[in-house]
Amino acid sequence: MSKVLSGLRYSAEHEWLDASAPAKVGITQVAADALGDVVYVDLPEVGATITAGESCGEVESTKSVSDLYAPVSGTIVAINQDAVDNPAILNEDPYGAGWLFTVDVSEEGPLLSAQDYASANGGDVE
Amino acid sequence: MSDPKKTSLHGEHEKLGASFTDFGGWDMPLKYGSELAEHKAVRATAGLFDLSHMGEVWVQGPQAATFLNSALAGNMAIMAVGRAKYSVICNADGGIIDDLITYRRAEDKFLVVPNAGNAPVVAAALAERAAGFDVLVTDASADTSLIAVQGPASVAILEQLIDAASHDVLTGMKYYAADEVAVAGHDVLLARTGYTGEDGFELYLPNAQAPALWAALMEAGAAHGLVPAGLACRDSLRLEAGMPLYGNELSLDVTPFDAGLGGIVSFKKEEDFVGRAALEAKKAAGTQRALVGLKGLGRRAGRGGYKVMSDGVVVGTVTSGQPSPTLGYPVALAYVDNAFAEIGTELDVDLRGKAEPFEVVALPFYKRDK
Repeated sequence: MSKVLSGLRYSAEHEWLDASAPAKVGITQVAADALGDVVYVDLPEVGATITAGESCGEVESTKSVSDLYAPVSGTIVAINQDAVDNPAILNEDPYGAGWLFTVDVSEEGPLLSAQDYASANGGDVE
Repeated sequence: MSDPKKTSLHGEHEKLGASFTDFGGWDMPLKYGSELAEHKAVRATAGLFDLSHMGEVWVQGPQAATFLNSALAGNMAIMAVGRAKYSVICNADGGIIDDLITYRRAEDKFLVVPNAGNAPVVAAALAERAAGFDVLVTDASADTSLIAVQGPASVAILEQLIDAASHDVLTGMKYYAADEVAVAGHDVLLARTGYTGEDGFELYLPNAQAPALWAALMEAGAAHGLVPAGLACRDSLRLEAGMPLYGNELSLDVTPFDAGLGGIVSFKKEEDFVGRAALEAKKAAGTQRALVGLKGLGRRAGRGGYKVMSDGVVVGTVTSGQPSPTLGYPVALAYVDNAFAEIGTELDVDLRGKAEPFEVVALPFYKRDK
């Protein structure tokens, strides 16, 4: 079963957000497993403004391409160039080395607890 | 929607931790871990596939060859015993009901292998078209399993499971041929008719023996790098090999000429086959579109359904597209207007609102060294 980390909060669209400031964002293992091998990620640029609930990039796997949705509104502080250069780390370590960007949060979108996200999407809370 | 059907090997896939997908009404393994790793294993060593969802329809009787010539678009009567032939079964309008492989097992005995989702339709069409012929059409799909070993290590793996006396059957077998042989003690129909662009074999046998044969192949293959391989990598492998997939490139709305399969339609044979008049008219009228290979010049892949553009004007549609794991760039099959089908033509694919450059290239995208 896919892991859902208890220390994070989640969007219904399968992004996770940590509690630091600026907040770190990635996609869940549930999403990474469903996508299959990730081969390309398109991330917002540093300094760009993102809006909660709206598409801010794309994640492409061998089989399909999916939108990356902003879990919060705010300004992008940094992006993970390692994930752009080696998208496979989204599959290998989605909550660690496979993080996507950090964001200076101006407003939160609707976010779920690990338990609520796991109930809706499957996965084991750890 | 009824529950998806399960092959005789479903339990083996569960033990191996497969994730499953519905394919043609069957609950089939999509992948066992990483589909990219499975793809690369088939190119480098070998992969083991469960293709038991494919159909198996036997056609037997004094008029078997003549009957198949009237039911299918190709000329089955000229095929030698022991060989196989790729063909299509069309409707009266010349639309493709399915593409299929036919094996000639004896002068008066053939095995027709349609695609999973189409198997019942093909079996019914053959039974209906058999009226008036001295043939027996038997749909053995529900009782027959099909295991494929694909990749450069295929011969070495099978050699371990075949008696020395039968080694010549294995090593001497031509592409698009088949023979009966015992593999790990199971009498199978062994065929060399792969779909991945690699050397490889398909093994037909009764359901009850399939799990034991699967296990024997897994064990014999372990030292050769054999891995179980799912439908996800089968699709990326067949796309690299430039082979059409029913439902993507082939359908009732497509004639064999559109799909570049005009060469397998036999107008020379005597029999009046289903779709002949329509196909003769379509051939005379010429095609408006062509199935082409597209190589992505950027990193993004075109996907089935995406529009193909030239100077902002829609000139075609992608039918299959993925990043090619072997070649390292995106590849796609697409139907485009004839004027844009020439090798080297530069086109764009509309990737969700962004134009990404592609170039028409010769098929197949990938060809193994022989």
